[in-house]
Amino acid sequence: MMASSYNAKDEDGHITVSGPGGGTLKNKKPDNTAFKQQRLPAWQPILTAGTVLPAFFIIGLIFIPIGIGLYVTSNNIKELEIDYTGVDMSSPCFNCSQNFSWNSTRPCTCTIPFYLEQAFESNVFMYYGLSNFYQNHRRYVKSRDDSQLNGDIEALLNPSKECEPYARNENKPIAPCGAIANSMFNDTLELFYIDPNGTKIQIPLMKKGIAWWTDKHVKFRNPGGNNPNLTAVFQGTTKPVNWRKPVYELDTDSENNGFINEDFIVWMRTAALPTFRKLYRIIQKKNSMIPTLPRGNYTLEVVYNYPVGSFEGRKRMILSTISWMGGKNPFLGIAYITVGSICFFLGVVLLIIHHKYGNRNNSADITN
Amino acid sequence: GVGEKDTETLGKFEAENGLWREENPNRHYANNKIKTTKYTLLSFLPKNLFEQFHRFANVYFVFIALLNFVPVVNAFQPELALAPVVFILSVTAIKDLWEDYRRHRSDKEINHMDCLVYSRLERRYVERYWKEVRVGDFIRLRCNEILPADVLLLSSSDPDRLCHIETATLDGETNLKQRQVVRSFFDLVRPLLFYNSIIECEKPNNDLNRFRGYIIHRNGRRDGLYKENLLLRGCTIRNTEEAVGIVIYAGHETKAMLNNNGPRYKRSKLERQMNVDVFWCVIILLVMCLFAAVGHGLWMFQYGDKRPVFDVLSPEGTDLSPILSAIYLFLTMIIVFQVLIPISLFVSIEIVKICQVYFIHQDMDLYDEETDSHLQCRALNITEDLGQMQYIFSDKTGTLTENKMVFRRCTVAGVEYSHDANARRLAMYQEMDSEEEECMSHGGTLTRRDSVTSHQSARVVLRSQSTKSHRRTGSRAEAKRASILSKHTAFSSPMEKDITPDPQLLDKVNECSSQLDFMRFHSQPMSQLPSDLSDIIDFFIALTICNTVVVSSPNQPRQKVRMRFELKSPVKTIEDFIKRFTPSRLTSGSNSSSSSSLITNRSSNRGCSSVLSSPSAESTLTKLDEERPARGLEHAFSPVPPNYEGKTWAAEEGELRYEAESPDEAALVYAARAYKCSLVGRLPDQVTVELPHLGKLSFELLHTLGFDSTRKRMSVVVRHPLTDQITVYTKGADSVIMDLIKPPSTDNSKGKRQRKIVYRTQNYLNLYAADGLRTLCIAKKILTKEEYACWLQRHLEAETAIQGREELLFESALRLETNLQLLGATGIEDRLQDGVPETIASLRKAGLQIWVLTGDKQETAINIAYACKLLEPEEEILTLNADSQEACALLLEESLHYIQAKFLCTSTDQAAKTFHSEFAAFDIYPSSPPSSSSHTSPFTVHRLGLVIDGRTLAYALDKNLEDKFLAVARSCRSVLCCRSTPLQKSMVVKLVRNKLKVMTLAIGDGANDVSMIQVADVGVGISGQEGMQAVMASDFALPRFQYLQKLLLVHGHWCYSRLANMILYFFYKNAMFVALIFWYQFYCGFSGSAMIDQWYLIFFNLMFSAFPQLITGTLDKDVSAETLQQLPQLYMNGQNSEEYKPYMFWMNMIDAFYQSLVCFFLPYFAYADSDVDLFTWGTPITTLALFTILLHLGIETKTWTWMNWASITFSIALFFTVALCYNASCPTCYSPSNPYWTMQRLLQDPLFYMLCVITPLAALLPRYFYRACQGTLFPSPVQVGRQLDKLPSETRRNILSLSRVKVGAQLGPKPPFLSLLKPFPKDYNHKDQKSFSNSKTAQGCQGPVLQMDNVGKSHQKGQSSPLGVTHSKKGLSDPYTFVSTEIDTLPYTKEAPGHTGESQPPSTKDSDCLDKTLDPSDLSLSSWITSTPLLTQGDSVQVTLPPAGGSQCVTYKRNSEETPGLDHTVRPTRRTEEQLANCSKDHSLQTTL
Repeated sequence: MMASSYNAKDEDGHITVSGPGGGTLKNKKPDNTAFKQQRLPAWQPILTAGTVLPAFFIIGLIFIPIGIGLYVTSNNIKELEIDYTGVDMSSPCFNCSQNFSWNSTRPCTCTIPFYLEQAFESNVFMYYGLSNFYQNHRRYVKSRDDSQLNGDIEALLNPSKECEPYARNENKPIAPCGAIANSMFNDTLELFYIDPNGTKIQIPLMKKGIAWWTDKHVKFRNPGGNNPNLTAVFQGTTKPVNWRKPVYELDTDSENNGFINEDFIVWMRTAALPTFRKLYRIIQKKNSMIPTLPRGNYTLEVVYNYPVGSFEGRKRMILSTISWMGGKNPFLGIAYITVGSICFFLGVVLLIIHHKYGNRNNSADITN
Repeated sequence: GVGEKDTETLGKFEAENGLWREENPNRHYANNKIKTTKYTLLSFLPKNLFEQFHRFANVYFVFIALLNFVPVVNAFQPELALAPVVFILSVTAIKDLWEDYRRHRSDKEINHMDCLVYSRLERRYVERYWKEVRVGDFIRLRCNEILPADVLLLSSSDPDRLCHIETATLDGETNLKQRQVVRSFFDLVRPLLFYNSIIECEKPNNDLNRFRGYIIHRNGRRDGLYKENLLLRGCTIRNTEEAVGIVIYAGHETKAMLNNNGPRYKRSKLERQMNVDVFWCVIILLVMCLFAAVGHGLWMFQYGDKRPVFDVLSPEGTDLSPILSAIYLFLTMIIVFQVLIPISLFVSIEIVKICQVYFIHQDMDLYDEETDSHLQCRALNITEDLGQMQYIFSDKTGTLTENKMVFRRCTVAGVEYSHDANARRLAMYQEMDSEEEECMSHGGTLTRRDSVTSHQSARVVLRSQSTKSHRRTGSRAEAKRASILSKHTAFSSPMEKDITPDPQLLDKVNECSSQLDFMRFHSQPMSQLPSDLSDIIDFFIALTICNTVVVSSPNQPRQKVRMRFELKSPVKTIEDFIKRFTPSRLTSGSNSSSSSSLITNRSSNRGCSSVLSSPSAESTLTKLDEERPARGLEHAFSPVPPNYEGKTWAAEEGELRYEAESPDEAALVYAARAYKCSLVGRLPDQVTVELPHLGKLSFELLHTLGFDSTRKRMSVVVRHPLTDQITVYTKGADSVIMDLIKPPSTDNSKGKRQRKIVYRTQNYLNLYAADGLRTLCIAKKILTKEEYACWLQRHLEAETAIQGREELLFESALRLETNLQLLGATGIEDRLQDGVPETIASLRKAGLQIWVLTGDKQETAINIAYACKLLEPEEEILTLNADSQEACALLLEESLHYIQAKFLCTSTDQAAKTFHSEFAAFDIYPSSPPSSSSHTSPFTVHRLGLVIDGRTLAYALDKNLEDKFLAVARSCRSVLCCRSTPLQKSMVVKLVRNKLKVMTLAIGDGANDVSMIQVADVGVGISGQEGMQAVMASDFALPRFQYLQKLLLVHGHWCYSRLANMILYFFYKNAMFVALIFWYQFYCGFSGSAMIDQWYLIFFNLMFSAFPQLITGTLDKDVSAETLQQLPQLYMNGQNSEEYKPYMFWMNMIDAFYQSLVCFFLPYFAYADSDVDLFTWGTPITTLALFTILLHLGIETKTWTWMNWASITFSIALFFTVALCYNASCPTCYSPSNPYWTMQRLLQDPLFYMLCVITPLAALLPRYFYRACQGTLFPSPVQVGRQLDKLPSETRRNILSLSRVKVGAQLGPKPPFLSLLKPFPKDYNHKDQKSFSNSKTAQGCQGPVLQMDNVGKSHQKGQSSPLGVTHSKKGLSDPYTFVSTEIDTLPYTKEAPGHTGESQPPSTKDSDCLDKTLDPSDLSLSSWITSTPLLTQGDSVQVTLPPAGGSQCVTYKRNSEETPGLDHTVRPTRRTEEQLANCSKDHSLQTTL
């Protein structure tokens, strides 16, 4: 007995020392780690009425106040919208809208009076809005040459084929090329305040600062670096077909001329949806005492250039103040309130379900 | 010397012309070079691409990428669009290239192995590479060499013209096989004479067991060639110093290569289902594109001639008509929406599967310490199929059992020797399994073993000194010990060899042999020996010599190629396998223990042969050769003094090693050796046996009639050295041997004794069978010289016959094996593998149908089936044995009627209910509609077992009958196919798979399972048991059967649910993302514009949202492994495809559309009529979509590990980082759209954050709410399992143990007292049996059926144990008569012998009654019973026999021609003498029927 057990032990020891390739040495045994054995500590949420109840109530309780806040904020924003398309016979711009084509040279001006019922206190943003204008059309969106707009001389003279068929006109490269530039909005809007005593005061409109800073300073550049003589720079190019004047005559201010003209930059940022507005001008608040736009009578003078009749579009002028969350849009507030309410309601439903059926399950577990 | 053989003996195939030419005339046959690679360097790119483009998805993606190059329709930058496709294609190509390179390397290695080939130029054998071997070459093979091709054996150094080969690599059998030199070369003396012969043989085929051909000599003599002459490629030469052969088949024409047709490409069920939904996605895509195209056409149309400024002309400046524009747009939309058919899905699935495989690989529970092997996933693409299996087809031997035969007990001359010590010894091996650790550390195992039997201590020491080791390990402890003790290979484990003799029997053997010695000394005739003693000595002599065991001595160790088994990639060829693998048990002998590669092995081969030739290592064979002259009547009495010391004995005989073709034989020889009756030498014409007192006796071996499966027996004809009588010893299945017993004469005492022996032996046989032992009967017959001469003459005729030799030999054997005298019977245990019954029970609880397909005989199979709980005692068994097509049809018809009558008409509800309650025994499911619905399918599985033999199976698999067969088989709970050929196995699997449309798993360990494994949806090979053929064909290789449980229940479940969820999620994700763009089309004039930047669009799937789903797809666990194993019912989740039902795809689609609506319209309204630009608006939408998609994944994720958190964080971080970098990187690039500084601006916008909070919440609200409701109102079983997981471990254990008790009570063997409380449907009460008779035996021979219930009322309570005996006539003239089988639950069953009921001698009844009073057993009359499987717990039933009064004698009379199941009669009576008489009257009544 003793001998045998001793013997086995001896053998055991012997093998572990010298066994060549024995199982003890070259063991394929998998590591006993939590990862390899799929035993990582884990959180195992089980979705039952009982467990998700709090989540629903908490969401409801958080969302409803937020929604109310958003709604109030949105309602505090003052906005005025004037449609000057001139579809109606009564509209002052009716005439302009009728006898219009892209290449008419005679400017048509129309004046639209309006009354501001509430004073606009802070900075006022002036937008032009277009409807039914599919700036997001696939072929339209593509129809531009960013290199050209970035001031690349090479691209200036040889616009990318994306610009086709607006890349060249009469064998000259178009600058800026492409359909987007070609269809640039070119109405001029001016705002006059009619004093209570009848005098017409032009409201100063800021044309700078309406484009993204990065666009103005990085993405868009005039060719030839800082050469102020844009005419020379754009030598050999031609204006887009629909334009009245070449790109270097967009503005007199050299900081706002050529490709870095902010109206142009804003236009080049293609809108996401067919009904959109684009920032046109900013009316800056002068001092805290006087509202930027006091209530009273105003007139909007439009140099009517831009045709929208072909696509039954509408043109609007919008005056709006903005809040931290942008322009006037009560939707998000309503959405928060709605979702919050639904959550709350579902929470109540779950509470009932939990009350009625939740216990059955657990007790069944335990008793079984 | 052999080399001088003339080269003109060239192989000639198909006899075109017999001309001999200077060069090899066999040039036009395939050479031996093998090439398993798919590609060459040149063909790789085109061929691989071609193959990749077989995948529809790849074609689709390439098509889309190319579409981008068409300017009119392009949506993205063409190069960018090409990137993902190129990426995918190149990854796959690199993977394929690598695999092919590995194949190429292995081919090269094999092709460059050396062998000795006769060179005609040099007139000697030269070393050549394998690939240079050609058909017709002469090859010299040395010991331990691997055969390079299929070689016809022409000469052998073996004096008996034999060559031993090991075919482990081919069929997995590790025993040595003998191959004979071709007959006409048999008598050749070395050097071989000059020959010019032509060999004609059949065309190359893949049948390993068939080879036919002729060798035509110049003189016109034809000699047959048989498979015994053929050495197959891949086999190893063993124990033969040198052999010479001619190459018959080479290279790809060898049988080994033809058998290797590579694995079938399998596509998982989930993938098939997924493909359907991919198809639906295509439809959805097309519909969406069509919608957009029409929309665009209409949009264009509304403007008429007034062309708006934003409608850009074509680059050429021409105007596009709305229709043309719409057509272009259609194509554009396909590009834009391409994400709907997710390119990343296929990549992701592959990645996830590889990870799953990795984790399965790493599972410690699937690692087998004793063989140091773990599970191998060889098929990487069907892991999830593991979770959806419905049918398991299992091999028996080696799969369920260990294929390790252990002698358990025997009965000699009607006296049973229970071998209690032996039983205890065996039990201890089992015990050691559980206590292995302590045992090993304290050496306690050995101590305890020794305390049980004193024989052991000596043995243990001896064994540790000798170089023996185990073949297959029975227990882990044993294995450990064995591996410690020796690294060398031998055949049997100690468990199989160390039989503890029964002291009583041992005494008798000693007494007997001393008497014999005495008689021989006094020259007394041996017949004076008392008959019981002579039976005993005859019994052991028969055990010793009636076999084909080869004796070898350890001085001549079996050399085996030793290589580590490191399969890294699927092995494609047999050579590959040879090269890479040798299981540890195949480790070579002492002198080559260090060799680990082929090269070193070669040198050790030479070492081996030198050892063989050196005088120091004289082989047993040469030793015995010297004794050869001393044969016949000159008895070779060696002067070995009789000794009784086990130690000395073992010291001498322990040196010998037995190598048998079947483990049974070895077991018996070892058993005989334990009784000092040991086989010491075997020659073709002589067997030497060493007996106590008598010393070595040499038996002249006149004939060996080998075992075949039709005769089910083998015989040897020897001349007995002591009595000089010609004696036939026969060993075989009890069913056949009992038929062949000489009917004892009734008049004299000897006859009475004989009859008693027969009765009692049969009785014990039933007992053994009840214990699940494999029973063998031993019989002898003494021939007179005249009889022998008469038989011999005809036998020789048969032997020399060319036509129909097999049949003639068969008949000759039948003539010899008659009128035998029964000596005794043995019970051999084929031990079940660890945990097999538990595994089967739990797999069955998991809703899996388990079929056992075995090549084994019916009786054994049934026994094992009971032992492993495949068949339950209370189950009825339908046995189908038919010998003709019509009979089979009839049987199937009857069975079907029977099942219908029994179950469908009478007790469908009850049956279904019982079944349901059993399977859904875990009652925590308040309502489980899925499981109940799955069982109310038209085919309810009944408590029925079906047993069918191979012959009947062949008929049943016929086209006309297969439907019926299936109908019968599928209504049975378990199906047992016995005696089935490999082909039949695969046919059964194929049939079930194709007809029932179920998922099938085949598991097996041997070469005979290969075809089945390949056919099944999932093939599982048991590794390390029988060669590697099964493993090589399999998709998964397991070290043990019990690992199947975890593989299926845990990993299968996980893989399935993970992948199913991931696929669904993918569809959702892509649909949701694409739908965003679709909604946008309404606001961009259906122009195909996208507000999402093209980079986001293309990389959203590949990068931003890819990682979390991969992590979840890889790691998510819906239920913990413990719960899954303890609640196998959860597996049905996968079987019923509950995670991924067709409607779920649509639900997900709807949800995706809803969510995308939310994600689109919330930003839409929030930004409506603002100055937002395209990408400043689109980027928030992308972000929102990402958040929503990730949160959606969060809802679907069941377990959150840090990996999940990390991956989600990483995804979001990645998106923002990429977005910020991308938006800051370059103001001019990425034309045409340039989102410069967009993200930076957005991050300063409070609105963006407000949107990011509300949108995902609003989008996921319905799903979240639904999940919560579902979790409470109608939780799925899986959810209940998850809830269990959450409970504290203590509580969970309690619940689970409770449920287990419940389940166990229903599935496990029930203690009778418990079962009293459990009402069972009446149909289940009785171990009814059904006998069918075919037309041949139906007339009047249908035996009566008697069942007797000894446990009284318990039969009403479901734990009845009636005794049932079926009688059906089995006449000698009709060896294939259909046979009926039944279950007996009472062990004491006795069948009266008799050829027909009518011939039953009246006196039998008396003896019956006598027997009955002696022991409470019953007797049934009138016919032979062919199988007597018994309930394993029969013993316990007997113990619980009520003390008095309550017993009943229940008689069932059954006529199979009538509606079964309705006509039984239950007649409760008191168990009195009177009643017994009544029963006897019944007998007589029935007998006269």
